[in-house]
Amino acid sequence: MAEKYINARGLQCPGPVVELFKVAKVSEKGDLITIEVTDMAFKKDIAAWCRKTNNELVSLCEGEGTLKAVIRKG
Amino acid sequence: MIMFSGDLDKAMAGLIIANGAAAMGDEVTMFFTFWGLNILRKAQKIKVRKSFMEKMFGFMMPRGADKLGLSKMNMGGMGTLMMKGIMRKKRVSSLPELIESAQDLGVKFIACTMSMDVMGIKPEELIDGVEFAGVATYLGEADEANVNLFI
Repeated sequence: MAEKYINARGLQCPGPVVELFKVAKVSEKGDLITIEVTDMAFKKDIAAWCRKTNNELVSLCEGEGTLKAVIRKG
Repeated sequence: MIMFSGDLDKAMAGLIIANGAAAMGDEVTMFFTFWGLNILRKAQKIKVRKSFMEKMFGFMMPRGADKLGLSKMNMGGMGTLMMKGIMRKKRVSSLPELIESAQDLGVKFIACTMSMDVMGIKPEELIDGVEFAGVATYLGEADEANVNLFI
Protein backbone atom coordinates (compact mmCIF):
# COMPACT_ATOMS: atom_id res chain seq x y z
CA MET A 1 0.00 0.00 0.00
CA ALA A 2 1.38 3.36 -0.99
CA GLU A 3 0.77 6.83 0.38
CA LYS A 4 0.68 9.75 -1.99
CA TYR A 5 0.47 13.49 -1.55
CA ILE A 6 -0.94 16.11 -3.91
CA ASN A 7 -0.42 19.80 -3.38
CA ALA A 8 -3.35 21.40 -5.20
CA ARG A 9 -3.19 24.69 -3.30
CA GLY A 10 -4.01 27.66 -5.49
CA LEU A 11 -5.63 25.54 -8.17
CA GLN A 12 -9.11 26.63 -9.19
CA CYS A 13 -11.98 24.38 -10.20
CA PRO A 14 -11.64 21.87 -11.89
CA GLY A 15 -7.89 21.66 -11.08
CA PRO A 16 -8.06 19.72 -7.79
CA VAL A 17 -10.30 16.90 -9.05
CA VAL A 18 -8.30 16.66 -12.28
CA GLU A 19 -5.05 16.25 -10.34
CA LEU A 20 -6.68 13.78 -7.95
CA PHE A 21 -8.06 11.75 -10.85
CA LYS A 22 -4.65 11.53 -12.51
CA VAL A 23 -3.03 10.22 -9.33
CA ALA A 24 -5.91 7.86 -8.50
CA LYS A 25 -5.70 6.40 -11.99
CA VAL A 26 -2.16 5.17 -11.44
CA SER A 27 -2.79 4.04 -7.83
CA GLU A 28 -3.55 0.58 -6.49
CA LYS A 29 -6.61 -0.45 -4.49
CA GLY A 30 -6.09 0.54 -0.85
CA ASP A 31 -3.56 3.29 -1.54
CA LEU A 32 -3.98 6.45 0.51
CA ILE A 33 -3.97 9.78 -1.28
CA THR A 34 -3.72 13.02 0.66
CA ILE A 35 -4.65 16.21 -1.17
CA GLU A 36 -4.47 19.79 0.04
CA VAL A 37 -6.49 22.49 -1.70
CA THR A 38 -7.51 26.11 -1.26
CA ASP A 39 -10.60 25.87 -3.47
CA MET A 40 -13.46 25.78 -0.96
CA ALA A 41 -15.80 24.09 -3.44
CA PHE A 42 -13.69 21.00 -2.87
CA LYS A 43 -15.46 20.34 0.43
CA LYS A 44 -18.62 19.30 -1.41
CA ASP A 45 -16.89 18.25 -4.63
CA ILE A 46 -14.69 15.64 -3.01
CA ALA A 47 -17.71 13.84 -1.53
CA ALA A 48 -19.37 13.71 -4.96
CA TRP A 49 -16.12 12.64 -6.62
CA CYS A 50 -15.60 9.77 -4.17
CA ARG A 51 -19.19 8.60 -4.55
CA LYS A 52 -18.98 8.67 -8.32
CA THR A 53 -15.57 7.06 -8.66
CA ASN A 54 -16.05 4.44 -5.90
CA ASN A 55 -13.24 5.74 -3.73
CA GLU A 56 -13.47 6.25 0.01
CA LEU A 57 -13.18 9.61 1.73
CA VAL A 58 -11.25 8.74 4.86
CA SER A 59 -11.05 12.22 6.34
CA LEU A 60 -11.60 15.85 5.48
CA CYS A 61 -10.28 18.60 7.69
CA GLU A 62 -10.53 22.31 7.29
CA GLY A 63 -7.58 24.54 8.17
CA GLU A 64 -7.11 28.23 7.65
CA GLY A 65 -8.17 28.75 4.07
CA THR A 66 -7.23 25.19 3.17
CA LEU A 67 -8.85 21.80 3.05
CA LYS A 68 -7.04 18.53 3.52
CA ALA A 69 -8.66 15.33 2.36
CA VAL A 70 -7.47 11.75 2.63
CA ILE A 71 -8.88 9.30 0.10
CA ARG A 72 -8.52 5.55 0.01
CA LYS A 73 -8.51 4.15 -3.50
CA GLY A 74 -11.41 1.73 -3.98
CA MET B 1 -21.96 17.96 -25.19
CA ILE B 2 -22.48 20.34 -28.06
CA MET B 3 -20.20 23.36 -28.33
CA PHE B 4 -22.13 25.77 -30.55
CA SER B 5 -20.90 29.08 -29.18
CA GLY B 6 -17.60 30.73 -30.02
CA ASP B 7 -17.70 33.03 -26.97
CA LEU B 8 -14.78 32.78 -24.57
CA ASP B 9 -16.88 32.56 -21.41
CA LYS B 10 -19.16 29.86 -22.79
CA ALA B 11 -16.25 27.88 -24.21
CA MET B 12 -14.54 28.01 -20.81
CA ALA B 13 -17.68 26.79 -19.05
CA GLY B 14 -17.91 23.88 -21.51
CA LEU B 15 -14.26 22.93 -21.15
CA ILE B 16 -14.36 23.15 -17.35
CA ILE B 17 -17.35 20.80 -17.29
CA ALA B 18 -15.61 18.47 -19.74
CA ASN B 19 -12.44 18.35 -17.61
CA GLY B 20 -14.51 17.80 -14.48
CA ALA B 21 -16.54 15.02 -16.06
CA ALA B 22 -13.43 13.27 -17.32
CA ALA B 23 -11.98 13.56 -13.81
CA MET B 24 -15.13 11.86 -12.48
CA GLY B 25 -14.26 8.94 -14.72
CA ASP B 26 -16.88 9.70 -17.37
CA GLU B 27 -16.39 9.30 -21.08
CA VAL B 28 -16.72 12.75 -22.62
CA THR B 29 -17.42 13.70 -26.23
CA MET B 30 -17.50 17.32 -27.32
CA PHE B 31 -19.18 18.03 -30.63
CA PHE B 32 -18.06 21.37 -32.07
CA THR B 33 -20.36 23.06 -34.53
CA PHE B 34 -20.91 26.55 -36.05
CA TRP B 35 -19.15 29.27 -34.01
CA GLY B 36 -17.82 26.63 -31.65
CA LEU B 37 -15.48 25.45 -34.42
CA ASN B 38 -13.39 28.59 -33.85
CA ILE B 39 -12.35 27.16 -30.47
CA LEU B 40 -10.50 24.39 -32.32
CA ARG B 41 -8.76 26.55 -34.93
CA LYS B 42 -4.97 26.64 -34.87
CA ALA B 43 -3.57 30.04 -33.90
CA GLN B 44 -1.35 30.25 -36.95
CA LYS B 45 -2.52 30.84 -40.49
CA ILE B 46 -2.59 27.62 -42.50
CA LYS B 47 -2.21 27.75 -46.27
CA VAL B 48 -5.29 26.15 -47.84
CA ARG B 49 -7.28 26.74 -51.00
CA LYS B 50 -10.43 28.71 -50.30
CA SER B 51 -13.11 30.58 -52.20
CA PHE B 52 -13.53 34.33 -51.68
CA MET B 53 -16.42 33.88 -49.26
CA GLU B 54 -14.56 31.23 -47.29
CA LYS B 55 -11.57 33.55 -47.00
CA MET B 56 -13.82 36.34 -45.71
CA PHE B 57 -15.35 34.00 -43.13
CA GLY B 58 -11.95 32.81 -42.04
CA PHE B 59 -10.70 36.36 -41.72
CA MET B 60 -13.66 37.65 -39.73
CA MET B 61 -13.85 34.83 -37.20
CA PRO B 62 -11.48 34.39 -34.24
CA ARG B 63 -8.54 32.14 -35.09
CA GLY B 64 -8.31 29.79 -32.13
CA ALA B 65 -9.05 29.56 -28.43
CA ASP B 66 -6.84 32.47 -27.49
CA LYS B 67 -8.67 34.90 -29.79
CA LEU B 68 -12.23 34.45 -28.54
CA GLY B 69 -14.13 37.31 -26.92
CA LEU B 70 -16.58 37.45 -24.04
CA SER B 71 -20.32 37.16 -24.74
CA LYS B 72 -20.94 40.15 -22.47
CA MET B 73 -18.87 43.23 -21.60
CA ASN B 74 -16.44 42.52 -24.41
CA MET B 75 -16.12 46.28 -25.07
CA GLY B 76 -14.21 45.89 -28.29
CA GLY B 77 -11.83 43.41 -26.71
CA MET B 78 -11.00 45.51 -23.61
CA GLY B 79 -13.38 43.54 -21.39
CA THR B 80 -11.91 40.27 -22.60
CA LEU B 81 -8.37 41.45 -21.87
CA MET B 82 -9.35 42.54 -18.37
CA MET B 83 -11.16 39.28 -17.71
CA LYS B 84 -8.16 37.25 -18.91
CA GLY B 85 -5.92 39.31 -16.62
CA ILE B 86 -8.14 38.72 -13.59
CA MET B 87 -8.40 35.01 -14.34
CA ARG B 88 -4.63 34.70 -14.68
CA LYS B 89 -4.18 36.48 -11.34
CA LYS B 90 -6.65 34.14 -9.68
CA ARG B 91 -4.95 31.17 -11.31
CA VAL B 92 -7.91 30.03 -13.35
CA SER B 93 -6.71 27.83 -16.22
CA SER B 94 -6.77 29.56 -19.60
CA LEU B 95 -8.88 28.16 -22.42
CA PRO B 96 -5.87 26.71 -24.30
CA GLU B 97 -4.74 25.03 -21.05
CA LEU B 98 -8.21 23.59 -20.49
CA ILE B 99 -8.23 22.21 -24.04
CA GLU B 100 -4.84 20.57 -23.55
CA SER B 101 -5.89 19.11 -20.20
CA ALA B 102 -9.14 17.76 -21.68
CA GLN B 103 -7.23 16.05 -24.49
CA ASP B 104 -4.81 14.56 -21.92
CA LEU B 105 -7.77 13.16 -19.99
CA GLY B 106 -9.10 11.50 -23.13
CA VAL B 107 -11.98 13.86 -23.93
CA LYS B 108 -13.01 13.25 -27.52
CA PHE B 109 -13.24 16.31 -29.79
CA ILE B 110 -15.46 16.01 -32.84
CA ALA B 111 -15.81 18.73 -35.46
CA CYS B 112 -19.06 18.97 -37.43
CA THR B 113 -18.15 18.59 -41.09
CA MET B 114 -21.27 20.36 -42.34
CA SER B 115 -20.43 23.55 -40.40
CA MET B 116 -16.82 23.25 -41.51
CA ASP B 117 -17.99 23.17 -45.10
CA VAL B 118 -20.35 26.13 -44.65
CA MET B 119 -17.72 28.25 -42.95
CA GLY B 120 -14.90 27.11 -45.17
CA ILE B 121 -12.82 25.64 -42.37
CA LYS B 122 -10.45 22.91 -43.57
CA PRO B 123 -9.34 19.94 -41.41
CA GLU B 124 -5.72 21.10 -41.42
CA GLU B 125 -6.78 24.41 -39.84
CA LEU B 126 -7.96 22.65 -36.68
CA ILE B 127 -5.79 21.49 -33.78
CA ASP B 128 -4.46 17.92 -33.75
CA GLY B 129 -6.51 15.08 -32.32
CA VAL B 130 -9.87 16.28 -33.65
CA GLU B 131 -12.19 13.75 -35.30
CA PHE B 132 -14.66 14.64 -38.04
CA ALA B 133 -18.27 13.53 -38.07
CA GLY B 134 -21.93 14.50 -38.27
CA VAL B 135 -25.12 14.59 -36.28
CA ALA B 136 -25.57 10.80 -36.19
CA THR B 137 -22.26 10.35 -34.41
CA TYR B 138 -23.21 12.98 -31.85
CA LEU B 139 -26.63 11.38 -31.27
CA GLY B 140 -25.11 7.93 -31.04
CA GLU B 141 -22.83 9.14 -28.23
CA ALA B 142 -25.52 11.26 -26.55
CA ASP B 143 -27.91 8.30 -26.44
CA GLU B 144 -25.52 6.51 -24.12
CA ALA B 145 -24.90 9.53 -21.88
CA ASN B 146 -26.67 10.77 -18.76
CA VAL B 147 -25.49 14.35 -19.16
CA ASN B 148 -25.99 16.20 -22.42
CA LEU B 149 -25.36 19.91 -22.81
CA PHE B 150 -25.76 22.52 -25.50
CA ILE B 151 -23.40 25.43 -24.98
